[in-house]
Amino acid sequence: MALTLAEKILSQRTGREVRAGDTIIAPVDVALGQDGTSPLAVKQLESIGLEKVANPENTVFFIDHAAPSPRKELSNDHKMLREFAEKTGSVLSDVGAGVCHQLIAEDFGAPGQVIIGADSHTCMAGALGAFATGMGSTDVAIGMALGKTWLRVPETIRINITGKLPAGVFAKDIVLHVIGILGADGATYKALEFTGETVAEMPMDDRLTLSNMAVEAGAKAGLIESDSVTKSYLEQNGRGQAFKPLKADEGADYERIIDIDVSNLEPTLAAPHTVDNVRTVGDLQGTAVDQVFIGSCTNGRLSDIAIAASILKGKQVAASVRCRVVPSSRKIFLEAIQAGYIEQLVEAGAVILAPGCGPCVGVHEGILGDGEVSLNTSNRNFQGRLGNPLGCIYLGSPAVAAAAALTGVITDPREVLTNAHGR
Amino acid sequence: MRMEGKAWKFGDNISTDHIAPGRLFHLRSNLPELAKHVLEDADPEFADKVAPGDFVVGGKNFGLGSSREHAPTIIKLAGVSAVLAKSFARIFFRNAVNVGLPVIICDTDQIDAYDELAIDLSKGIIYNKTKSLELRTSPLPKAMIRLLDDGGLAAHVSKHGDLVVDEGE
Ligand code: SF4
Repeated sequence: MALTLAEKILSQRTGREVRAGDTIIAPVDVALGQDGTSPLAVKQLESIGLEKVANPENTVFFIDHAAPSPRKELSNDHKMLREFAEKTGSVLSDVGAGVCHQLIAEDFGAPGQVIIGADSHTCMAGALGAFATGMGSTDVAIGMALGKTWLRVPETIRINITGKLPAGVFAKDIVLHVIGILGADGATYKALEFTGETVAEMPMDDRLTLSNMAVEAGAKAGLIESDSVTKSYLEQNGRGQAFKPLKADEGADYERIIDIDVSNLEPTLAAPHTVDNVRTVGDLQGTAVDQVFIGSCTNGRLSDIAIAASILKGKQVAASVRCRVVPSSRKIFLEAIQAGYIEQLVEAGAVILAPGCGPCVGVHEGILGDGEVSLNTSNRNFQGRLGNPLGCIYLGSPAVAAAAALTGVITDPREVLTNAHGR
Repeated sequence: MRMEGKAWKFGDNISTDHIAPGRLFHLRSNLPELAKHVLEDADPEFADKVAPGDFVVGGKNFGLGSSREHAPTIIKLAGVSAVLAKSFARIFFRNAVNVGLPVIICDTDQIDAYDELAIDLSKGIIYNKTKSLELRTSPLPKAMIRLLDDGGLAAHVSKHGDLVVDEGE
């Protein structure tokens, strides 16, 4: 029978042919938690006397959400995670290493794996051809301890993307457009599979942005077949041997196929307070912003920082704007330093923060004041997300964010993009 | 299992940021304290006024957003006996079952704020006493009924020494 990518991965890992709708117990290849969810996972394991992990080298605790810790309560949570990792021999990724999902992509994820994480954006590793999905603390705790989890094999919605992206329009604009079509619950319980010539030609940085935001349409996974781009990404990260080619079968059964031609796509944003409240930049042009945040697991990679630097280089961030740039990992930070982007951004007046989640989840490093507006390259704009229910968040690409940092208002990035990054 | 209480009505797309906001991140290891703020960003008065046994009633896509299990946990800790919604976000739904908070899918347009409800979960019937209406619930998947019966996922594994939700459909 012809299988979707989700069905294929889960069939290979369970050793029998499984179909959408089946309830299965699947082996867990990589399990992760972060500092906001892992303390509860550890406590659950302690409460049932199961303080062990099945697969220590692939069980990872990330300290990234509140890193460095802004409060003693969180410092104590961090201590507990360091101790638990030590005790069980699992991996601890400490302050400054970066955002969990970026490091999973760089150091752990591979095609054909089953990855579970106590963080909703675990779906990002789907860009590598892994069945990666977010769960809660207890599910992940049990997955870590037993090395398996239960899943319902999802139906798949195929998002077939064709056409060449116009200058100033990026993967972030595509995925916001897709979420606008599907709605915030349009893919609940389902997998998305991103296919088509545009995806085939996309570098891994951009594919990761697509898969990252699958959960914003409610999806369980956001999958992309593994190909030569996947192979060279793994090789660049010293893990070429982890590659295997994987794709859906011709004639697989999709619940729905959505065809999107991006050749005329406009820069796209999500307006407050839901991610599916999607608008084109023209609709929002001139909206004043107080803060810009370039970073997060969605858009804090080298190519994102490069675009921001190309817009801000030799210029100044508007006096009315606080601009924060947060590289997604230490490796990206170093590469951005070597390429000169960090210097350009600092000279322009941006604040660079340690690799990690930065202000994304409203814990620290950029909480909004009452009535203030932030333009973020991250993935969520829910009320209160930046630490204040009276603040407002717009989401856009790094080009849209840097253009707003420059002018102080939402601006079409095509008006300020002058060099090669405009394509 | 029969439950009775008052309905607290919320709209569509109540996110885990409404339920357990990031600005209270430092309270995540102090769940009783975090529970005093439950749903604060959707209704600042809810946590003070909710009575044990009451119901949270949402619209569609209840619990979207982050995977934080703290969200269903503090709804339960606040004394809420079940959450009713037209639909739930996937991770919240799974988390609620794991922590033993009943989640009920039904047509919540038939329930207004402060309506008195009585729910018989085993029969799948919601009785809206204020409106003299009977509503039906959609059944939960088998694996989830098994987990709820065992008292949540941790209790399930404790009891069976393994993960034994039924495979197949
Ligand atoms: S960067 Fe934001 S969305 Fe990504 S893992 Fe961190 S808090 Fe979550």
